[in-house]
Amino acid sequence: MNAITQSWVEIGVLDDIPRRGARCVRYGEMTIAVFRTADDRVFALEDRCPHQNGPLSQGIVHDGCVTCPLHNWVISLESGEAQGADEGATAAFPVKVEGNSVLLALGEGR
Amino acid sequence: MCKGKITETITAKGLTTLDDVRAHTKASASCGSCTGLVEQLMTLTLGDRYNPAAVASMCGCTDLGHDDVRRLIKAKELKTIPAVMQELEWKTSCGCAKCRPALNYYLVCDWPDEYADDYQSRFINERVHANIQKDGTYSVVPRMWGGQTSAKELRAIADVVDRFEIPTVKVTGGQRIDMLGIRKEDLPAVWAELGKAGFVSGHAYAKGLRTVKTCVGSDWCRFGTQDSTGLGVRIEKFMWGSWTPAKVKMAVSGCPRNCAEATCKDVGVICVESGYEIHFAGAAGLDIKGTEVLGLVATEEEVLEHIVALVQMYREQGRYLERIYKWAKRIGYDEVRRQILEDADRRKAYYGRFVHSQKFAQVDPWSERVSGADKHEFRPMATISLEAAQ
Ligand code: SF4
Repeated sequence: MNAITQSWVEIGVLDDIPRRGARCVRYGEMTIAVFRTADDRVFALEDRCPHQNGPLSQGIVHDGCVTCPLHNWVISLESGEAQGADEGATAAFPVKVEGNSVLLALGEGR
Repeated sequence: MCKGKITETITAKGLTTLDDVRAHTKASASCGSCTGLVEQLMTLTLGDRYNPAAVASMCGCTDLGHDDVRRLIKAKELKTIPAVMQELEWKTSCGCAKCRPALNYYLVCDWPDEYADDYQSRFINERVHANIQKDGTYSVVPRMWGGQTSAKELRAIADVVDRFEIPTVKVTGGQRIDMLGIRKEDLPAVWAELGKAGFVSGHAYAKGLRTVKTCVGSDWCRFGTQDSTGLGVRIEKFMWGSWTPAKVKMAVSGCPRNCAEATCKDVGVICVESGYEIHFAGAAGLDIKGTEVLGLVATEEEVLEHIVALVQMYREQGRYLERIYKWAKRIGYDEVRRQILEDADRRKAYYGRFVHSQKFAQVDPWSERVSGADKHEFRPMATISLEAAQ
C-alpha cells in the first residue's frame, strides 16, 4: 500500500450478495462488482472485462474466478487477471468483511 | 486466422486437445463452425497423438462426457449440483461456467418436481430473463403466440417504448417484437407495464421453447388446408416455459408452399389436405439443413402428442447446447421415428413426462420478478459519491 491512506466505505451486509454471485456498487462513473464465493470470500473488481468491457458482475462465479458473460474469458477475482491463454487485467479493489458488514476501500486501485 | 498460425501454435505450445487449440488460437472457439477444419489440422500436425473419437469430457472439471454424467445422475439419483460433483469426483470445488449450466439443466429436466433451480449456475440471460447486448444493456421480447398480435398489444408496446425511451424496436425472425437497449434497472418496470397488457416472457434468451412461427392458413389464405395459425398458437401455449438442451424453434405452415418456413426448424408442421406432416431436425443458423419427415398424422391432438414426445425425448437425451438436428443425427433419424412414431406406448410415456414437468415450468418469470423475486439482481448494492470515498 502506498502513502495515500485508503478510506473504507461500508457498502452493505454479506447477505446482500448471493453466494457464487455478485452485486454492483456505483462509484461516480465507475461500476465496481463485489463478488462472494461459495466459501464466503469477498472480492471487488471494476465491472469491466479486460477483453471487451463485458460486465463481470453478470458472469458465473466458480472457485476464485468469474467467467465473463460476453465471450467466456475467465478472470481471477483476487488479481483481476485473465486466466489461461488470455491476457489482460481489470482493476481490483481491497474489500473486507467485519462482522456482517462489507467494506470497500476506494482511492488507489490495488 | 490462417492455417500456418494454427499449426505453429499447436507445435510451439504442445497442444493436443481441441479445447487447448481453441483457447490458444481462438479458432473454432466462438461459433464452432470451423471445428472440422481445426480437427483436420490437428490430425495433420499431431498424427496419432490426436484422437478425435475419444469421448470429450464435459469440461476441465471432470473426465466424464455428457452422456455418462446424464446416465449417472439418473442411476445414482443425484439431485443437486454438489451431489453430482461429489459423487462423480469433480476436480474443482464448484465447477466452472461450462459444467454448471449443463448440470443445472440436466437436474431441472430429470427431477422437475424435486430440484431447486440454481440460478447462480445459469448464464446471465436466463438468470435475469432478458438478452444481454454487447454494451451491457438488455433486450426484451414478449411472447406473441403464433406470431399474432392486436391493437391493444401494439399500443402497450408503443407506450413502453416511449416511457422508457427504448432506442431500438425490431421485428424478429420469430414473428415478434424485440425492444433493445434497456437498462438492467429498468427491466422489472418494463415487464410490469408489459404484464398489464397480458404479455409474458418470450424466453428469447432461453435454452428452451422460443417461437412457433405460423402462416395465416385456412382462415385467410386461398391455399390453406388447415388452421395453421390456431395450431401454432396451441403448440406454443402447451409448450412454453419448458427448458431444453438448446433453443427450440418451431413453425406451422398451412400448405406445402410453406410460407412459415417449417422445413428448416427444429420441429415443423406442414398442413396438407389429409392432415399434418410432422418434420424435425432442420437447421438454418451456423449450419443449414432441411428437416427429416417424422410422419403424417390426421388430427391436431396427434400432432401435439408426437411433437411433445419428440421434444421430451430430446430433453432427456440431448447434450447441453446440442440442437435437435445434431442430437437426431447422432442417435439416428430412424431411431427417433421408431420411438416416437411407431411405439405408441413409448410416445405416450414421453408425452406424460413432459406434461408433468410443465406443471413446474410454466410460470411466467417476468411476473415473478415484478412481484419481487430476485430483487437483488436489478439494483445496485450501494451508490457511493466520490466525496464519501475521500
Ligand atoms: S403456406 Fe400455404 S396456406 Fe400458408 S400462407 Fe403460404 S400459401 Fe397460404
